[in-house]
Amino acid sequence: MTTVDGRHTLDREAERLAYKPPEVRHDIQGDMKTEERIEKAMRHFVKNFNSQTASYLDGCLHCGMCADACHFHVRTDDPRYTPIWKLELFKQAYKREAGPFAFFYRLFGFKKKVTIDQLEEWQHLLYDSCTVCGRCSLVCPMGIDIAGLVSMARHGMFMAGLIPHELHEVAKRAAETGSPLGITPDKFEDRVEWMADEHDVDIPMDVEQADVLAVMSSIEIQKYPQSIAATAKILNAAGESWTFRTDGYEATNFGMLSGNPGWQKDATMKLINTAIKIGAKLIVLPECGHAYMALRWMGANMYGKPLPFKVMHISEYMADALNKGKIKVRKVDTSVTYHDPCQVSRRGGATQAARDVIRHLGVDFREMEYGGDYNWCCGGGGGVVTIKRADPLRHRVFKLKMDQVEKTEADELLSSCANCRQSFDDSQEHFNWDYKMGSLMEMVAENLEDEA
Amino acid sequence: MDLLDFARGPALQVAAYIFVAGILWRLIGILMLKEKPEFSEPRGPGGLMAALKVIYTRSFTAAPFKRATMYPKMLGYVLHIGFFVVIFLFVPHIVFFEGFLGFDWPGLPNNVIYLSGVATVVAGLALLVRRLTNPVLKLISNFDDYFSWFVTMLPIVTGLIMPVRMGVRYETLLAIHILSVAVLMIWLPFGKLGHSFLVFVTRGTTGMVFERRGAKT
Repeated sequence: MTTVDGRHTLDREAERLAYKPPEVRHDIQGDMKTEERIEKAMRHFVKNFNSQTASYLDGCLHCGMCADACHFHVRTDDPRYTPIWKLELFKQAYKREAGPFAFFYRLFGFKKKVTIDQLEEWQHLLYDSCTVCGRCSLVCPMGIDIAGLVSMARHGMFMAGLIPHELHEVAKRAAETGSPLGITPDKFEDRVEWMADEHDVDIPMDVEQADVLAVMSSIEIQKYPQSIAATAKILNAAGESWTFRTDGYEATNFGMLSGNPGWQKDATMKLINTAIKIGAKLIVLPECGHAYMALRWMGANMYGKPLPFKVMHISEYMADALNKGKIKVRKVDTSVTYHDPCQVSRRGGATQAARDVIRHLGVDFREMEYGGDYNWCCGGGGGVVTIKRADPLRHRVFKLKMDQVEKTEADELLSSCANCRQSFDDSQEHFNWDYKMGSLMEMVAENLEDEA
Repeated sequence: MDLLDFARGPALQVAAYIFVAGILWRLIGILMLKEKPEFSEPRGPGGLMAALKVIYTRSFTAAPFKRATMYPKMLGYVLHIGFFVVIFLFVPHIVFFEGFLGFDWPGLPNNVIYLSGVATVVAGLALLVRRLTNPVLKLISNFDDYFSWFVTMLPIVTGLIMPVRMGVRYETLLAIHILSVAVLMIWLPFGKLGHSFLVFVTRGTTGMVFERRGAKT
């Protein structure tokens, strides 16, 4: 007779590839004393409080509906991943230090000072488990932009030296070398030359005066260099006076993602100064979501006045060029679904541009269920894809995206963000998934008609 | 001065002062904080119309979230509508408001008001049970959530028991009812019940920022 080992319960319900919470690891940077870290976190939390953030932090109803919009909560049922809970320390700091009743909160001890243990715990919540995708901001009945607040809360964490090591490393490298992946101007020039040869395309470099400054993401330069050639083909076909520049080519902004406004400004100003120097009327941003947020919507504020040129995401540029007949494309006989980069579509407002491009390509377009502005994030945005310890959680979350894509039964999956693409590639390998993420820009470049 | 005189007189008067001063203090405290200027090139119109649009549209749930939020949303609608019906459409309340506004408006029959009151309390109880049992709500709730629930329910419950009497003098019940309203008015500006006026600020702000970007609101 068989005996059952009662020490272990029989588990028939657990999902394959079941999620295990990552081991708790709190990273610290620098050798500040604990008190100094807390003081810095509080000071830089407070620095961000303006009437917009104050109304948001004062207005929360604690209804918890944001949990239902967050991929991290939906996939794990862990209440700590409720978006507004991720801001609990930020809220605590606001109510104690800056809110209309801060005096009473301090006097009666209603809101305590944040502790180092709390700050360390919230590192996981503000970085590993938030892609700043902003889906939660759309469900909030009070209209609170929770994602925007997470970005601001990160400032305090960064200044206190309390962010995930990998993200810090990447942001630091970007600040020191100008590129998160260490793509120096020489390397960029080499890659551009290589792509020009490989794809037999003219790629203007360091032209002194040009109407259009094209910039790239290091992820593209390193992992998807064909994007360089695709950009060139499209701008050439449109007959633009354009150039890449070795003094301003990096579009990503890891200062913004990590929470260092100084580094964010440095990266932004590099592009702005280059564009001004060459007299550009337009900066065309690459297939990168957060680069769009950093320059299109935050760039002028970093500059301190309106930008003397326009800023367009490449999908917007392509849509505009196709709509005006500046470029033409051949019809492509395939079915396509499109993954919206959160910072370009939901938070950036350029949702329609990609759809215009897709229409011109004449493909059988299959919109995902609740695609577009309500799209599920790839799980890797907001710097999450750089954080190794967050991989199990990110993969867990990606399942939502897989389901969304598979339901369309489209032949091809396209997007317009190299960071999403990297996140898809990694998860695709992890799950041994059939779908391979492609680039909308590359599809356009491959199907350009010679004569516009 | 008996209890009813106290409730109708100084209690309500002090509560009204605190109510107005508290709301002004909180709003000014928020709106006087520095605001960074916005220099990005707009894609769409921002401004007042964008604010008004989102103040209205965010009253409804977007399609992707409907299923997940249906239950609390429905309870929320019942609670808010029921509460407003009871406050503003009960004839004795209208008479009270007319006393200092100088004009009146048509009310609803008492049994409709009673039904609204009961629905409000039932919705409130269901929301409380949800707050006590739902893991997300259990985690994020604090004293403010429970106390605000209590002071919101109090005037409705004290109003509903007035016809029942239970051997208590009408004047005493009325005094208790008015005092419960005073407690609600005193607490409203300070805790989460401030959403009754902050909702216009938060939704309006989001409307102005995101409509300007041409982004989804």
